[in-house]
Amino acid sequence: MAVRERDPHSGHMTTGHDWDGIKELNTPVPRAVWFFLSLAALFSVGYWILMPAWPLGRTYTKGLLGIDQKSQVAKHLDVSATQKANWASRIAKLDVPQIRADAALMAVVREDGHRLFGDNCAACHGMKATGGNGFPNLVDADWLWGGDPQTVAHTIEVGVNSGMEGSRVNQMLAFGRDGILDNDAILAVTAYVQSLSVPSSAKGQAAQVNAGRAIFAANCEVCHGPTGRGNQAIGVPNLTDTHWIYGGDAPSIYTSIYGGRQGVMPAWGQRLSAVDRKILTAYVLDLGTKQ
Amino acid sequence: MVSNLTVGERQGALAILIVLTLCGLVMAAAAAGHGDPMEMHGYLVMLFSLGVMAILLRGFLAPPPSEARLASYYDDPIKVGIIIAMIWAVFGMIIGDWVAWLLAYPDATFDAAWASFGRMRPAHTSGVIFGFGGNALIATSFHVMQRTSRARLPDQLSPWFVLLGYNLFCLIGISGYFMGVTQSKEYAEPEWYADIWLVVVWVAYFILYMRTLARRKEPHIYVANWYYLAFILVVAILHIVNNLAVPVSFAGAKSYSLFAGVQDAMTQWWYGHNAVAFFLTAGFLGMMYYYLPKRAQRPIYSYRMSIVGFWGITFFYMWAGSHHLHYTALPEWVQTLGMTFSLMLLVPSWIAAANALLTLNGAWDRVRDDATLRFMMMAAVFYGLSTFEGSFMAIRPVNALSHYTDWTIAHVHAGVLGWVSLIVFGSFYALIPWLWKRERMYSPTLVEVHFWLALSGTLVYVFSMWNSGIIQGLMWRTYNDSGTLTYSFLDSVVAMHPYYVARAIGGLLFLSGTLVGCYNMWRTIRWSSAISAAAPDELAPPELLPAE
Repeated sequence: MAVRERDPHSGHMTTGHDWDGIKELNTPVPRAVWFFLSLAALFSVGYWILMPAWPLGRTYTKGLLGIDQKSQVAKHLDVSATQKANWASRIAKLDVPQIRADAALMAVVREDGHRLFGDNCAACHGMKATGGNGFPNLVDADWLWGGDPQTVAHTIEVGVNSGMEGSRVNQMLAFGRDGILDNDAILAVTAYVQSLSVPSSAKGQAAQVNAGRAIFAANCEVCHGPTGRGNQAIGVPNLTDTHWIYGGDAPSIYTSIYGGRQGVMPAWGQRLSAVDRKILTAYVLDLGTKQ
Repeated sequence: MVSNLTVGERQGALAILIVLTLCGLVMAAAAAGHGDPMEMHGYLVMLFSLGVMAILLRGFLAPPPSEARLASYYDDPIKVGIIIAMIWAVFGMIIGDWVAWLLAYPDATFDAAWASFGRMRPAHTSGVIFGFGGNALIATSFHVMQRTSRARLPDQLSPWFVLLGYNLFCLIGISGYFMGVTQSKEYAEPEWYADIWLVVVWVAYFILYMRTLARRKEPHIYVANWYYLAFILVVAILHIVNNLAVPVSFAGAKSYSLFAGVQDAMTQWWYGHNAVAFFLTAGFLGMMYYYLPKRAQRPIYSYRMSIVGFWGITFFYMWAGSHHLHYTALPEWVQTLGMTFSLMLLVPSWIAAANALLTLNGAWDRVRDDATLRFMMMAAVFYGLSTFEGSFMAIRPVNALSHYTDWTIAHVHAGVLGWVSLIVFGSFYALIPWLWKRERMYSPTLVEVHFWLALSGTLVYVFSMWNSGIIQGLMWRTYNDSGTLTYSFLDSVVAMHPYYVARAIGGLLFLSGTLVGCYNMWRTIRWSSAISAAAPDELAPPELLPAE
C-alpha cells in the first residue's frame, strides 16, 4: 500500500504514507540542522563546565570559573558603595544648609533626590511635589509643620499620625458627624472660613459670616487661632492664605468641618537611611526655592 | 444534534448531567451561609447541567440514529467547538483590550472589585488561552484525528463530554476570577474543585484520543497526532502536579498549594513554561501539520525533520522552565540548565517552522492569492520569530534586561497573536467550508481584511511592547556618575504611556479582525443557498465501516 513516488516540484521521493491526502517527502534533514544542534550542544557542555550546572546529591558542580550570582551581587554592591562613599560621608557630616551651599553635593542631591522622591514620596505628593487633594503641596511657601530644614527632616523621620513612636499627631474633630455643630452652624462657619481666605466671598452673606465668626471663636479658635492663621507647632493649617490641602471651595470646607481631618504621612525613619532622608530634605527645600 | 446520539448515549448523558447537577447542589449547599464564592459556582454547575439537560431532553425521544452514520465521520462536536472557540476569542480579546486601555488610562474603569486589573487580567489570559485556544485545539483535534486515522470517533458521547466539560471548567475558572477566586498561580488560577473537574475531563479526552487511534485504518500515526497526543498527555501531567493543593475546607474555594517557597516557584514555572510548550505550541503544531499541507496541497517537506523536530521539542522544553526564574532565589545551577536547554531548544523549534515553510515550496503562488493559506504561512513565520526570541531571552544576561518588563509581553503576544491565533484562523477558514459543506468562505475579501487587521494589529502590539520593554529595562538599570539609580520607577511608568496607547490600538486592530472573522464565519454557516456538492474529503471511504 505504501507507494513511493517522486514529487515533481522538489524532485524528492515521498515516504509512501498517505493521510487523508497528505503525503510526506523523505527529504534528508539538512546538514545545517545537525551543525547547529551540535553547536548548541557544545556551547551548553562548555557552559556547564564553566558555570554551576548539574546537581550532585546534596551539592552541585560549581563550574571552573567559580562564579555564582550571590558573589556577583556582592561585588556590584561593593562597587556601588565605593562610588557613593565620598559624597555620602560628606552628606552625613554636614547639615542641610551646608549641603545646600555646596554645588557639588547639590548636584548629587538633585539626581538622587529625584529618584528617592519618585520612589517614596511622589505617590502622594506627586512627581513635582505639588501635592493633590488631601496631600500638601511641598513647593509653595506654606508649611503645615514648618519649613526650616530641621522641621522638614523631623517630619520625614517620624511622619504624621504614622503610628510610630514620636510621630507628629494631629486631628481635626468631626464637628458635624459627632454632633458638635448642627447644619446651620457648619454652613455659617463655612462662609466665615471662606471669607478669611477670599474676602470677596462674604458679599451678600454678611449675616452668615457674622454668625460664623462667633461659632469659629467658640470652636475653632483654640487650634486655628483668633485670626485663623493656624499654628505650625501643632500642624494646624493657616486658613487665611489660598493654599488648601482639602480644597477651599464651600463644599470642600463644609466636608472638612463635618467629617474632620486626620491626614497620615508614613514615618521614613526606619525605611530610609539618615543620608537618604537628609538628601530628601535638601531636595524638597531646593524644589521650593526653584519655584 | 441529540438525534445523532444512540439511545444508550442519551441515557448516559442524562445520568452524567444528573450527577453533575447534584454535584452543583452539594457545592452550593456546602458553601451556603458563609458567603463563600463556591456557592455561586455550585449554582453555575447546576445551571450549566440543567441547560445542557434541557437540550438533551428536547431530542431525547427522537428515533435512534441509523447505522449509516457510522460510514461517515462524527463532526457535530467539532462544529460546536469552533463556534464556542470564536465566542471565547471575542470575550477574551475584548477584556484584553480593555485592560490594555486601563494600563494607559487607569481611571477608565468602574469603581468595582470585579473590574479591577488584577481580576480582569486572568480573565483575559484564560479567556484567550483556554477559552479560545483550548476549544480550537479540542475541535481541530477531533477533526484531524478522525481524518488522519481514517476512523470515526469511537462513540458520540465522549467528545461531547470533553468539549462541554472543558467549557464548564473555563466558565468556573473565569467567573471565579471576577469574584476574587484564585490560586495566584499564573495560568493555573482556578481553585481545587475546578482543577479536579478538569482532570476528569482531560483523562476522558486522553482516553478518547487513544481509542480513536486504536481504531485507525492507517498503518502509521500521522505527525499531527503525535503533537496533539503530546499536548493532551503532558498538559494532564502539568496540570495535576502544579495544582496539588490542600483545600482549607471542602465547603469553600480557598486551598493552599502543596509546594512552598522556591519549590513552589519552580513547580509553577515548570508548569507555566510547559503550558506554553505543550498547550500553545505542540497542539497548534499538530493543527499546522494538518491544515497547512491540506490547504497548500503539497506534501510535507521532510518526514525526517518532523521526527527530529518533534522529539527535540518534547525533550528540550521539559528542562526550560527555570529560565523564568533567572536571578532569583532559585539555585543558579537550575538556572544554568534552564538557559542551556532553552538555547538547544531553538534548533528543533526552527526545524518545525522550516518544515512548514518549505512545505509551501511549489505553492507560493497560492500563498499570495489565498489569505487562508497566508494566515498559516504567517503563523509559521511568527512561530520561528517568537521561538528565536524566547531562546534569546532565556540567556541570563539578556534576561537581566528583559525580565519583568514589557518585552516579555511583546514576546508572549508575538507567540499568541502571531503564531497561535493566526494558525487557528487559517485552520478555521480552511475547515469551516469543509465541515458545513460550503464551496468556500462566504467572503474571501473579508478573510483578506481579517488577515491584514490581524497582522497589522500584531505588529503594532509587538513593536510598541518591544519599545516599552527595552526602555523600561534600560531605565531600571541606568546609574548616574554618583553611583545611584537615575530614574525612579514612576519615571519609567510615565515613559510607558505612549507605548501603552499604541499597544491598545494594536489590540483593537486585532480584535476588529476577529469580529470580521466571526461575521464571515457566521455568514458562511448560514449561507444555505450555496451548499455545494460534498467535498471529496467529506466522504468516508467504504472501509471505514466497522469491521464487525
